[in-house]
Amino acid sequence: MPLFDQLYNFAQWMTGDREEAEDLVQETYAKALKGFPSFRLGTNFRAWMYRILRNTFLTSRTGLKATMTVPLNPDEDGSALPVQPDTPETLLFERSNNEILQSAIDELPIHFREVLLLCEVEEMSYQEISETLSVPIGTVMSRLSRARRTLRERLRPRVSTEAAASAMAKETNHGL
Amino acid sequence: MVCKSWKEKLDIYLDGELPDDEMRTFDAHVRTCPSCSADALSRVQMKRAIHISGTRYMPGPEFRRRMQLQIASKPKRSMALEWMFAAVAALVVVAGVLTMGYVENRSTRKHTFSEIADLHVATLASSSPVDVVSTDRHTVKPWFQGKIPFAFNLPELQNTEFTLLGGRVTYLDQTPGAHLIYDVGKHHISVFVFQERSLPARLDKDRVSPKQLTFNMETWSEGGLRYFVIGDTSAANIDSLAKLFKAAS
Repeated sequence: MPLFDQLYNFAQWMTGDREEAEDLVQETYAKALKGFPSFRLGTNFRAWMYRILRNTFLTSRTGLKATMTVPLNPDEDGSALPVQPDTPETLLFERSNNEILQSAIDELPIHFREVLLLCEVEEMSYQEISETLSVPIGTVMSRLSRARRTLRERLRPRVSTEAAASAMAKETNHGL
Repeated sequence: MVCKSWKEKLDIYLDGELPDDEMRTFDAHVRTCPSCSADALSRVQMKRAIHISGTRYMPGPEFRRRMQLQIASKPKRSMALEWMFAAVAALVVVAGVLTMGYVENRSTRKHTFSEIADLHVATLASSSPVDVVSTDRHTVKPWFQGKIPFAFNLPELQNTEFTLLGGRVTYLDQTPGAHLIYDVGKHHISVFVFQERSLPARLDKDRVSPKQLTFNMETWSEGGLRYFVIGDTSAANIDSLAKLFKAAS
């Protein structure tokens, strides 16, 4: 089954629920088989499959609810924040704390989460992401930029708190 | 361009999405600007962390079985339609497997090259980049014995522009290997050696400077070992050091 594991991973990130993810993947394959005559060989098969999954999700009850969140302002790109030393990135890398990062990704608005996962996990090009989401490449770039900025802002207080707690614990241990 | 302008495009650069000529200009800037270089390293670390954390969910074996049954089963139809359905399903599977195989291997290959670049950058940024400090290959080579599951030869560097700084054990997708650091001029070059069969990606026999890397790199396979030579020095220097290793193998 082509792309099965990857589609499942993406589906569960979108739905947040194992059963719903299974239903979503099941429906995706059913639609892909049914709609295969409309797929043009030589075009991007992966983007086509992900587009089916995403569109199926967006029309589901969970998907409709998830998209009724903070409205996107496509014209607002914002400037990139400079990365400070001792940033969430450095601390995360040093501590490899998956849970903090997974929780932060989970809490991202759906439009930011999906574009980030397609870029960083599925390693799609901007063109592929554009085809999957049916939006212009400029919109992909804008959403990615904002998704990354939002993720950094959400990580900063969590990673700093954990680092401070860890430092205190170390001091206490040394004192014992 | 002042650094603020560079940094606005840094994510696009690291995603490998800048046009070729801008990419080259950006490469040159990042190598000479400590601020942008440090910023780039942080962002690469974040990308890597998201990639690892994002590959989180796996389908259960029961669900996988159900899906395989669903795709294999077919409703009652006329014989002609049944054959057409089977042909379409087979075409989907073949197209998907070929595409998935190509995309997966291309993605895995790209991931391997990115990992190598990350290892190079992260080690050089470390306060102790090598565990065995020596310019003598007769000291460095035996140091690896017992630490990695293979042996390899280091080249003689007399009358060359290269200096060996030392080495350390490193890991690529949980595969142990050797990491050697060389100097040429003011540039550091990393040489990585792994067992070919343990690597996840099918790599070409010889591949020079794959796209979307910010360094020059050469890789080849010899005697069951996969070598990577990577650095921010010129492609000619990378090639010279690679040739020395090939001659020593």
